[in-house]
Amino acid sequence: MNNMRLTERAVQATDTKITARKVQVHYGASHAIKDVDIDILDKTVTAFIGPSGCGKSTFLRCLNRMNDTIAICRVEGAILLDGEDIYDKKVDPVQLRARVGMVFQKPNPFPKSIYDNVAYGPKIHGLVRNKAELDEVVESALRKAALWNEVKDRLNAPGTGLSGGQQQRLCIARAVATSPEVLLMDEPCSALDPIATAQVEELIDELRANFSVVIVTHSMQQAARVSQRTAFFHLGNLVEFGETGQIFTNPRDPRTESYITGRIG
Amino acid sequence: MTPGLLALIVLALACGGFFLGRFRALQMVGKDLRLLHSLPGYYGQTVALFTGVPALALMAVWLLVQPIVIETRISSMIPEADLPQGSSRDLVMADVRRIAYGLDTILARGAMSEASLSEMRADLSDIRSRMADVGVALGADVQPSVFEAAKAWRHTTGLARVGMTAATLAVALAGFGFATFRIRPEFRARNVSETFLRWLLIAASLVAIGTTIGIVLSLVFQTVHFFQLYPAQEFFFSLTWNPKFGGGSELSIWPLVWGTLYVSAIALAVAVPVGLFAAIYLAEYASKKVRGIAKPLLEVLAGIPTIVYGLFALITVGPLLRDWVAQPLGLGSSSSSVMTAGLVMGVMIIPFVSSLSDDIINAVPQSLRDGSFAMGATQSETVKQVILPAALPGIVGAILLAASRAIGETMIVVLGAGAAAKLSMNPFEAMTTVTVKIVSQLTGDTEFASPETLVAFALGLTLFVFTLVLNVLALVIVRKYREQYE
Amino acid sequence: MTMVETPAPRSLYTADARTKARNAAEKRFRIYGIAAVAIGLLALVVLLSSVLGSGLGAFRQSVLSLPITLDAKALDPKGHRDPAEMAKATTVTYGKLITKALEAVVIEKNLAPGMKSKQIGELISKEAPAGLRDMVLANPSLVGTTITYDVLASGRVDGFFKGRVTMESAALDSNISPEQLQLADKLRAEGMLKLAFNPGFLTNPDASELRPESAGLGVAILGSIYMMVIVLCLALPIGVAASIYLEEFAPKNRFTDLIEVNVANLAAVPSIVYGILGLAAFINFAGMPQSSPLVGALVLTLMTLPRIIIPTRAALNAVPPSIREAALGVGASKTQTIFHHVLPLAVPGILTGAIIGLAQALGETAPLLLIGMVAFVKDYPGAPPEGVLDPASAIPVQIYNWTQRADPAFVERASGAIIVLLVFLLVMNSLAVILRRKFERRW
Repeated sequence: MNNMRLTERAVQATDTKITARKVQVHYGASHAIKDVDIDILDKTVTAFIGPSGCGKSTFLRCLNRMNDTIAICRVEGAILLDGEDIYDKKVDPVQLRARVGMVFQKPNPFPKSIYDNVAYGPKIHGLVRNKAELDEVVESALRKAALWNEVKDRLNAPGTGLSGGQQQRLCIARAVATSPEVLLMDEPCSALDPIATAQVEELIDELRANFSVVIVTHSMQQAARVSQRTAFFHLGNLVEFGETGQIFTNPRDPRTESYITGRIG
Repeated sequence: MTPGLLALIVLALACGGFFLGRFRALQMVGKDLRLLHSLPGYYGQTVALFTGVPALALMAVWLLVQPIVIETRISSMIPEADLPQGSSRDLVMADVRRIAYGLDTILARGAMSEASLSEMRADLSDIRSRMADVGVALGADVQPSVFEAAKAWRHTTGLARVGMTAATLAVALAGFGFATFRIRPEFRARNVSETFLRWLLIAASLVAIGTTIGIVLSLVFQTVHFFQLYPAQEFFFSLTWNPKFGGGSELSIWPLVWGTLYVSAIALAVAVPVGLFAAIYLAEYASKKVRGIAKPLLEVLAGIPTIVYGLFALITVGPLLRDWVAQPLGLGSSSSSVMTAGLVMGVMIIPFVSSLSDDIINAVPQSLRDGSFAMGATQSETVKQVILPAALPGIVGAILLAASRAIGETMIVVLGAGAAAKLSMNPFEAMTTVTVKIVSQLTGDTEFASPETLVAFALGLTLFVFTLVLNVLALVIVRKYREQYE
Repeated sequence: MTMVETPAPRSLYTADARTKARNAAEKRFRIYGIAAVAIGLLALVVLLSSVLGSGLGAFRQSVLSLPITLDAKALDPKGHRDPAEMAKATTVTYGKLITKALEAVVIEKNLAPGMKSKQIGELISKEAPAGLRDMVLANPSLVGTTITYDVLASGRVDGFFKGRVTMESAALDSNISPEQLQLADKLRAEGMLKLAFNPGFLTNPDASELRPESAGLGVAILGSIYMMVIVLCLALPIGVAASIYLEEFAPKNRFTDLIEVNVANLAAVPSIVYGILGLAAFINFAGMPQSSPLVGALVLTLMTLPRIIIPTRAALNAVPPSIREAALGVGASKTQTIFHHVLPLAVPGILTGAIIGLAQALGETAPLLLIGMVAFVKDYPGAPPEGVLDPASAIPVQIYNWTQRADPAFVERASGAIIVLLVFLLVMNSLAVILRRKFERRW
């Protein structure tokens, strides 16, 4: 563990961005998430870890209502973003998702140019008034995603032509371009090689300055490297949630310990 | 012996060969299967295949070639001078065949013996009335040379029949003997019969190539014939279509091409938006239940025969458009019009657009939709800005196929568009298309000597080339598109 | 680096103006989609109801039940009851008998005072005497007796009862007068003239321009059945063989690619082009007889082949490689693997494709026009196998043929024939659906 970061962490603990209370998720007959309570802090990286099928991705998708697109999925309980229930009837998921962005497991750039990929969000949400502003937004998003220097000469090349790591950073730039408050990342590095992984991890650490980041990961090392807080899910339950250092060095629950030491997983 | 009976005999022989081969193989090893290279059935199979396939193939080729050979031989018996005024060799040869057929009937009724037939002469007996007795009506009295040709035709055809029977049976028996005596316990019967089978499979897949070659040859051959009789520059560079069977026709392709394109354009203007929106709705919005009902129902439209659409255009849509649109607007009083045919054809090709587009939209990976939704896009924004651009090549392919279908469609335009070749912009006027003219020039008594008939082949070739280009283009585009997401 | 400033405190509970506009656009888009599906379905409903509406009448026909005295003096003057001798009495003689019978009724009940015998006779179909003659020749003992015989009413009378002919149109019509229609009305009131089920529509051959009432689909149905049997026997084995080669044996090279593109193109070549091929190759080149079901079947076979090959290949391709590997693994040859394991598993898919291909062939019209099947054929083709060389018609061609006639009574016939055709297609397609449902396997 990096001691310097541990100290930094204490300083950064700020206000709560997302509050979840008694969240239940059903997929048809199966009960995928049971009674999850969690507080996600602003300007912090929160990692969800746990064995396959433990519900961590499902829970992540609840946070921007991506589960709405699956017909048989049912969500109960309360999830509050800045104190407002995102499952309230009055809430338009379109508006919600503009504030809670998401990056997926496999890079999924649209079959458009690099520029258009990044400009997509600002355009549909009407965040810019003219082309000059849009150019500015695109550039700043690409810079935030640490991709600008690699693509600035070929903004009109198709996004699908980039390498895997570049594609994933392009997807991050695309998500960042709408300046969301929360950025959800669903195993963003699982389809990438080690070098690209390192670049993306470094990027996540930088993104923390502006956003609240929630990352689902399979790799405990990655959770330890990038996150300040870690939640351990097991069989649909949130088993333990706390400071990353504490989870990895001094887990309270025996199941967490078993997972971390490699006995279950 | 009739070909049908002969084929049955060969098949029976092949069946017998199967059992004999099987029996012989078993007997050679004293019923000890382990001593045989292959299972006994394979020995039977080799005999059956060697007996049946070459013999039947020979028979098929013989049946195809025989009439051509006989025709040319008999045709040379009739001197040029005996061809009646205004008639052609083809017509006289048709008479020859009919007289020969009539003679057969007379003999079959026992009204005459074979011997008295060979002595019968056209200039001495009244052939025409005797033919009329057996139901063969002849236009004029029979020339002696024509009658002799008919007798010779009958004779040669009879001989050829016997020859075919003999040759077929000989080949069948030869195959039978060869395959039977080849059987030894160590004979690799399975390998031999599998190789034989594989060649049969290859032959079957060559039928497709053969069809295309047949289409191209028959079109090109007669088109060349047409351009020998009619100047090509008139065909391509004039603007009037006015065939006269007495001669002096004007046969320009442009009025027909114009009608074809006009009708197809209207059809596509109906089918593309409706088909595309229906595909989008069914693929992206509809619940599983709605999709399960609406999709097959839309596809029923593609399963309805085109003659049904034709009748629909003729009795319902045409009069409706005439009474409610064309006449009140003063645009015409014809119930068959470009608009009638175009609208009905548009309905017909809706499922061609919607089904293929639906498949193609479904092939767009879900991850792209997720990506777009996660950005906060609405469903229609996702469709318009992510899915359609991604599916565009495939949809273009689908539209090209629909266009090819529209251009080649026949019955709807025959019944709905009219027969007047015109270069007009008014969609409520009757116009005609390439396919309509192919039908009208080739139905009825066709005589392959006049440009008015042969022009149909030039039109057919145009149609074939046009649709070939569209089809291949569409295929290549769709294939590329599929590979992209596999 | 400036981020775009967004309106600061955004509540999720209130939709901003832009979101409202976007949601409205979303709703409009969805309505376009529903409208498109609705237009398609509406077109289907209108199409089918228009055809059904105008075609159902063909299955009911006006018939007159008449007591007819089969006068022995007229029909069999020598009294031998020998059919060969009686054949000398032509339909004209029988026609007179029928007219006389009707006239007797009319006079007895005083239905049409002053109407001439000829005009009364015009109420009866010109096809009726032939039917009566056939019946008497088949059963000479009827001569001399009085039988109650159902004769077809003429097409105009039939049209009057079906609403096609009116008093106004009859006044302008040389074939019927309003007085005759009034007589027909009275006969109906007497219960002698009625609309009855018309089996002749399915069994009779075609009839000439002036006798729409007796035109039927018999020859056409027979011709279509002949063709479908031949197409099935040729296209199914050749199509399956070609698919097996292309899917299982063919090396991946240029030539195979060429065959594949070629098959796909053939499936989309306009059907009329196949008609030209049939005319040029089978009729002119090989000298096969025009209008014969055999030539029609060969043309339709070539047309159907690619439409069978494509689904068959898909069905073979859907059998998972693990099955092939399992068979090859126990030492089966490639041919054995395919014929013992792969092909049986693909049979439902192949049959479904074949039935749908066949259904398309059944409804195909254009190529058959070119090979002469549109000719007027009144005689049934002979029994197979030689009968396939006799001239015949086919259902879709018969429909086209009827649409080309002047008398509107034939439009009703054409629509009725479409109902018959659609019933055939419905049966075939249902069979395909049932096969697919019953044997569908998900790997």
